[in-house]
Amino acid sequence: MSDYLKLVGFGLLAFLAAMGADWARDPAYMLHAIIVLVLSASAFLWTLRTMPADGVPRAPRPAPGGYMDGPVRAGVIATAFWGAAGFLVGTWIAFQLAFPALNIEWAQPYANFGRLRPLHTSAVIFAFGGNALIATSFYVVQRTCGARLWGGNAGWFVFWGYNLFIVLAATGYLLGATQSKEYAEPEWYVDIWLTIVWLVYLAVFLGTIVRRRERHIYVANWFYLAFIVTVAMLHVVNNLSIPVSIWGSKSVQVFAGVQDAMTQWWYGHNAVGFFLTAGFLGMMYYFVPKQAERPIYSYKLSIIHFWALIFLYIWAGPHHLHYTALPDWAATLGMVFSVILWMPSWGGMINGLMTLQGAWDKIRTDPIIRMFVASLAFYGMSTFEGPMMSIRAVNSLSHYTDWTIGHVHSGALGWNGLITFGALYFLTPRLWGRRQMHSVAAINLHFWLATLGIVLYAASMWVSGIMEGLMWREVDANGFLVNAFADTVSAKFPMYVVRALGGVLYLAGGLVMIWNMWRTIRAPDARPVLAATPAE
Amino acid sequence: MDTYSFLRELADSWVLLILTCIFLGVIGWAFRPGSRDLHDDAAAVPFRHDEAAPQRLSGPEGARRDV
Repeated sequence: MSDYLKLVGFGLLAFLAAMGADWARDPAYMLHAIIVLVLSASAFLWTLRTMPADGVPRAPRPAPGGYMDGPVRAGVIATAFWGAAGFLVGTWIAFQLAFPALNIEWAQPYANFGRLRPLHTSAVIFAFGGNALIATSFYVVQRTCGARLWGGNAGWFVFWGYNLFIVLAATGYLLGATQSKEYAEPEWYVDIWLTIVWLVYLAVFLGTIVRRRERHIYVANWFYLAFIVTVAMLHVVNNLSIPVSIWGSKSVQVFAGVQDAMTQWWYGHNAVGFFLTAGFLGMMYYFVPKQAERPIYSYKLSIIHFWALIFLYIWAGPHHLHYTALPDWAATLGMVFSVILWMPSWGGMINGLMTLQGAWDKIRTDPIIRMFVASLAFYGMSTFEGPMMSIRAVNSLSHYTDWTIGHVHSGALGWNGLITFGALYFLTPRLWGRRQMHSVAAINLHFWLATLGIVLYAASMWVSGIMEGLMWREVDANGFLVNAFADTVSAKFPMYVVRALGGVLYLAGGLVMIWNMWRTIRAPDARPVLAATPAE
Repeated sequence: MDTYSFLRELADSWVLLILTCIFLGVIGWAFRPGSRDLHDDAAAVPFRHDEAAPQRLSGPEGARRDV
């Protein structure tokens, strides 16, 4: 019976998608309708070919046992793939800024900086970061609850659904479909699809927690859950929009003016706070203790870290809107909360670092631990830099300059990137039943390539940003501006080249990791099942 | 009073007070006497269920689930 319902559903979906492809108002919508058409028609055929004939009972499938690691394996591979793709696009657009001729004439308008930039940000944040978060959360929630992932194939739906979202978003940007909200560019139907996937994700995660065998819910799951719940809320509110036509990708925002700006940065900053911070702290609270083979330094501190972060972060958004039409009290509120936020952030960093107490030698001997430690150090640095930049007077210098880009990347490449690499190196051997990564030396090489890349990136953007800010505000004795905007652009050229080279190093590190993962997964001598790992 | 002003006053008085009290309460709760054992136990959770296939949950409820 359910097979018939599935057939009807897939058939209807394919029919609607075919109509959409025919009546599409713009190329992005047409391409997306074709993608959906192909996927739903394939699902229809697959269901038709595999369903049992009438009256024949379905062959009983063996009850699945153990942890459900399929979606985690797929997620680990997707993370590595999207990471390399995102770093590549990022490096490319960095070179485009230094050498504008790289906005190749024949590839216009698809490959210009304006369309590739959201492709880069979404690829690294949502594709690389998002897949890492989903995969690790599925791994961690099962291991800390002692329970199999709830919902059966819903875990697979989350993986494939989320990656479909990424494909739709990325192709949409290239074809010009965007609602022009930073980090929330995808248009209305892609937003609706992500909402569906996200609610299933929440259900799978909560369902697994509910059937846990531990009395206490481990703190990593609190962070993951905060990430899932808050992102759902942010996503829905910031994407409230009305489509111009259901056969086109264009939509109109419900909010306007300063309300829209405030909603956008409430979303934007909490995407940083809950996607790139809370979610990745979930990783930190599991993988750092596991790799160090000792429990977290202070469990009490982790609880305080959690609640302080949750209570404070949500108010910090208005610091993106200093000196705008936003009322001063709101901007001040955002600034004050950003500064207070420094404390829990550093509490968390200290908690992670001090976990190594009594095992500091591992920083020398274990490159994965070194990645985690460097990651926490960058977390500490960017959570100091951020509050400082949110202060109105500092912001008047730093805003709209490359300093912001440098800050974002020391957080993203340093904190999010390195902790994800560490987690991938932790997971790959365990998920494919290998004793360890194929090459430990290559992990070491990756660490140094990535770290050097970040240093080049952050340092050049500091110099460039502060120079830019100072040049913009420089006035002569008569009160006239000394520099034209184009003067700052030409002055930044050397820094742009250094930044792009930093990107090349970081990308090279990512490729070394992919090679290492490939060799580990494909190693012929390794055992095919989950290996016994020395636990305690 | 219009909605904005009402919400504004509510937010920076009672709601602020309630949220601050909840926050302080949560912090205080973490330090309650007797929490140390529970926290030590919780901190050890990641080291417990590494490779063991999760067993069936006990009771009739668990038997039906595909654990």
